[in-house]
Amino acid sequence: MVLLALALALQTTPPGEDPVDPYPHSNANAGATPFKGSAMLAAFHGRAGVDRIADDLVTRIVIDPRIADILKGQDEVRLRRLLKEQFCYILNGGCGYSGRTMREGHKNLGLQTADVGALVEDLQAAMRKEGVPFAAQNRFLAKLAPIKRDAVER
Amino acid sequence: MFRHFQALVVCALALLCASPAFAGELRQGGKLMLTSGVSTVEGSAGGGLATWALIAGNETDAGIGGSAHATIVALPDFDLKSVGGAIGLHNRVEFSYAHQSFDTRRAGATLGLGRNFTFGQDVFGAKLRVIGDAVYDQDRVLPQISIGVQYHRATKSAIIAAVGGKHAQGTDFLLSASKVVLARSLVLGATVRFTKANQFGLLGFGGDRSDAYHAEFEGSAGLLVSRRLLLGAEIRTKPDNLGFARERKAVDAFAAWQFERHLTVTAAYADLGSIATFKRQRGAFLSLQASF
Repeated sequence: MVLLALALALQTTPPGEDPVDPYPHSNANAGATPFKGSAMLAAFHGRAGVDRIADDLVTRIVIDPRIADILKGQDEVRLRRLLKEQFCYILNGGCGYSGRTMREGHKNLGLQTADVGALVEDLQAAMRKEGVPFAAQNRFLAKLAPIKRDAVER
Repeated sequence: MFRHFQALVVCALALLCASPAFAGELRQGGKLMLTSGVSTVEGSAGGGLATWALIAGNETDAGIGGSAHATIVALPDFDLKSVGGAIGLHNRVEFSYAHQSFDTRRAGATLGLGRNFTFGQDVFGAKLRVIGDAVYDQDRVLPQISIGVQYHRATKSAIIAAVGGKHAQGTDFLLSASKVVLARSLVLGATVRFTKANQFGLLGFGGDRSDAYHAEFEGSAGLLVSRRLLLGAEIRTKPDNLGFARERKAVDAFAAWQFERHLTVTAAYADLGSIATFKRQRGAFLSLQASF
């Protein structure tokens, strides 16, 4: 019943996004457990800072010659929203994550290790621009790093 | 001894060819900054003195990379120079080479060898990453683990024999573990080296006091200060095989700065202890590495 309700809820496509097939929702799909406390969210300058970083990250990756081709034809509006949700959820900013699992979300993208490296560097640049302290950047990246195993094609 | 080296090379190539990544199109670069380490004086990926489990070069599992280095260690009575390079295949296998020269300067005259008498050695290395990913496996305790072998060939066999050294050639066997603890911005490494080497092999292998393999330790710890700068310290224990001069551990404190994606400079204060009866050999270690 819960799953059915969730699937139905998904039928409403957020404005500007392409419709997607229903899938089970769970915060566990974010691929990482949230930090405890509020220090990490503060280091990222709250929800507003997280949103700026996610927006800047997408702006960077769509023009990054190493990975831009992979993102052609992807729903950029949805990507921005899900990255904001995912980052906010992991940083304990009080958000839920409504995307697919990391494995499903990256399926058929043909990602390689070097693409993940490029993405990490773009995220580092976005965090630097926001003024996130380097140690806090690394703590966040430590949470994201294991997602690589699900994101890269085997 | 050279047989061991050949066996490992063949074994490493067989493993490499069996990996599915080999089938695809080659891809240049992709490793994150500082995650291929710098070059040891033996040419392998590591700190300056300590070997790391990391594979040389900027390549990922989809490519081929490499590095070249030039290093000088300026000590009160000696100069150690090392030039060499390494090739990394699919972030799985590393082949390395270094030529070391050890200039005795004025000490050479004191030792009766002649001023600027220069010891030398060639070091051929192979390393295989067995398991783990030092960078991405942040949810696991398991470090990146590599096994390696280094074949050393020293040049001055007559002098080596005269000071009690048993062999001018030697093969070291290495087991290394490295881990980036990203949540703490730390880079940690530990290596066990089975070796008979006297002063890294420059004074040959085995001696009048001992001609057996010794398990020696190489440890390193560094703090990532920025994505380009790693500050750390290393220790490397060594056998003490020669009766004429005591040999102890080497330690250093270093700064590795990747100022450009393909260029890293490492500066360190190194204490190589007592060398050939000359005590307190402490000085500057400077290394430039180019990588692709």
